[in-house]
Amino acid sequence: MKDPAIHGTGGAVAAVAAPLVDRDRVRVSRLTRVLDSERLLAAALLTPGVAILALFIAYPFVMAIWFSLTSIRVGDPGVFVGLANFTKALNDTIFQTAFSNTVFYTFWATIFKLVLGMWLALLLNRSFRFKRIVRASMLLPFIIPTVLSAFAWRWMFDPTFSVMNWALYHGGMITDRLPFLSSGDWAMWCAIVVNTWRGMPFFAITLLAGLQTISPDLHEAAALDGAGAWHRFWHVTWPLLLPVTLVVVVFSVIQTFSDFQLIYVLTGGGPANSTHLIATYAYQIGVNSGLLGEGAALSLFMFPVLFAVVWVQLRYLKRMEVR
Amino acid sequence: MRRRKFLKAVGAGVAATGIEGILTAQRAPAFAQANTVHILRWNDFVPAADKVLREVFAPEVQKALGLKLNVETVNANDLPARATAAIQSGSGPDIILLLNNYPHLYASAGVDVSALADEVSKAQGGIYEPAARLNKIGGKWVSMPWSLVPALIAYRKSWFDEVGAKEFPKTWQQYHEVGRKLKAAKRPIGQTLGNTFGDAPTFTYPLLWSFGGQEVDAKGKVMLDSKETLESVRFMVQFWKDAHDEGGLAWDDSNNNRSFLSGDISATLNGASIYVAALNGADKFKTEKGEPLHTDILHAPLPAGPKGAHGYHTAHNHMVMKYSKNTKGAIEFLRWAHKQENLEKWMVVQKGYAVGTARAWEKHKMWADNGPVMAPFKVAAAGQSRLMGFAGQPDKKAAEAWNKYIVTVMYAQACSGKMKAEETVKWAAGELGKIYT
Repeated sequence: MKDPAIHGTGGAVAAVAAPLVDRDRVRVSRLTRVLDSERLLAAALLTPGVAILALFIAYPFVMAIWFSLTSIRVGDPGVFVGLANFTKALNDTIFQTAFSNTVFYTFWATIFKLVLGMWLALLLNRSFRFKRIVRASMLLPFIIPTVLSAFAWRWMFDPTFSVMNWALYHGGMITDRLPFLSSGDWAMWCAIVVNTWRGMPFFAITLLAGLQTISPDLHEAAALDGAGAWHRFWHVTWPLLLPVTLVVVVFSVIQTFSDFQLIYVLTGGGPANSTHLIATYAYQIGVNSGLLGEGAALSLFMFPVLFAVVWVQLRYLKRMEVR
Repeated sequence: MRRRKFLKAVGAGVAATGIEGILTAQRAPAFAQANTVHILRWNDFVPAADKVLREVFAPEVQKALGLKLNVETVNANDLPARATAAIQSGSGPDIILLLNNYPHLYASAGVDVSALADEVSKAQGGIYEPAARLNKIGGKWVSMPWSLVPALIAYRKSWFDEVGAKEFPKTWQQYHEVGRKLKAAKRPIGQTLGNTFGDAPTFTYPLLWSFGGQEVDAKGKVMLDSKETLESVRFMVQFWKDAHDEGGLAWDDSNNNRSFLSGDISATLNGASIYVAALNGADKFKTEKGEPLHTDILHAPLPAGPKGAHGYHTAHNHMVMKYSKNTKGAIEFLRWAHKQENLEKWMVVQKGYAVGTARAWEKHKMWADNGPVMAPFKVAAAGQSRLMGFAGQPDKKAAEAWNKYIVTVMYAQACSGKMKAEETVKWAAGELGKIYT
């Protein structure tokens, strides 16, 4: 039996349903219009990313600037002191050492990572057995958390129990321990070695990706014209790889200049502050000593340097694209 | 029902449920809160002590006070970072272990525990004066002294005997002579001059004082650049070269423990953790003759210089944090823990590595059990007379200098050859001058 409550009023339902369908059509078309609008869609898609950046990058950055202009200590909001924290930092000899250490460390580590990463990428670009396994294993130093690998290296450089000293001594190559971490100069070079070891795979894999976009025809043509391996690299590979290389170098400079974990674990800034970087010293002052304003000012010294490096490199990259 | 009557009736109902009180206090009622006390401490160099906190204190406190004790331990070097983060964010552990004069750095974040300190001091023969100076600021106890870790020289008796030192050297000069012979026998002295919180400053500050050097005068004027300081640095440079394992420039607080236990060094300034580890691992740590290593270890205070003998012993203090939602429970826990019958359970397993901050602990029966090897630890803390920032106060400025390792780096720069003695002293005085402005 049919339900009169429903079927008896069929006409009325149809009469009401018709405008509803029309309204839905209007809604759908509005929604479609909204989705079709690139401006609105872009805004909708960008909003979460911008919100995250604002919350986790912009807000701490603005707070760091504010802190650097105040005498804030842990548990004490302090007062506005203008540029006093920056002036104090500029007159601080430990900061001066940390700054020059940071430049030295970044420069050499980046050079080594670039040269060795390029060499590794060229090797990995060839065909050989177990190519994929070898390529994947190259990423291991980059995948392992820095703290863990830095601890392992610290043990290998240990002043008393260094496995390298042990091997060299028992191999008859040294008569006294090498001062890996107990001499300022040695410790800095050890830190550069570890940073290179850790960062080289990133260079290698990225450059390898760049190498694979270069058509083999170009190399074949150059070879037919009598170009040797070096000339093929210098006149074919290198110019085509330069844009990728510049991007990798920019990333690497940013990461190396602001490095913290590796030095904190490996040397703690010692011996005698010889390996302090801006980040480790800022941490020592801001967090360990509770001088948040001074620590913020110290860390902000990294910003103009990194900004300048990135700006110059990106400008150069843009000029190359125009060409 | 009229509106006025309705509101009255609802008001009475709310009051009956206690919601009014909750709304006024803006906090959940006590019975609804988990009565938990979260304490943050270091990873003890005597692991058995952490075990007591977790396996003995926690259940007993639960039974006695109805408190759930949550013990968290981290590397000592990470304690300041945790404290800073907790204070700035206004949330974190209810009690934080603060070493040395850190209570001065975080004074505004600590709950007044004067009543507890006075009570413990009265009951236990008086809290040592240096411990009071580290925790009492402006007449108010901002934190509660818990223990002291005396720093004494652990040395290999037989090796010292072999080079003619039948007793431990009384002066730095004698120690230098003995050390020269020991290093010639490939048994150097081990000492860290690295950027580390414990063994480095507990060596360098007393060394400075024993030659008559001081950071500042009583009014806070920097006095470091003096002939006494220079003399101490010159002495240390030669002493380092002649008698020490020069790898010590890169050591942290654990390297000397490992080096001593493995037989690589003959002596080192340390807490008693080396001896305790040798004692607990008698089968593992042996002398070259196969005897248990602990039978060949003795302890002695740092030698005397021209201006006497000094020592610095790492202070451990508990701060009840103002941001805590359970300050009452935290203080009650400390009151319970400081009772001698409770604290001794923790103190006994330390075997003298950590000692009490009040005089009563010098008379505790555990010292008879610990034996003569540990006897110097019994009174070491009581004999301490100087603190960082001498001859001024162990205040925030002294803490900043301590955290920048200025005094330690002064010696390290000279010993590593990075700077001449005169240069490093001037450098250190200059750095102190920027703090004490």
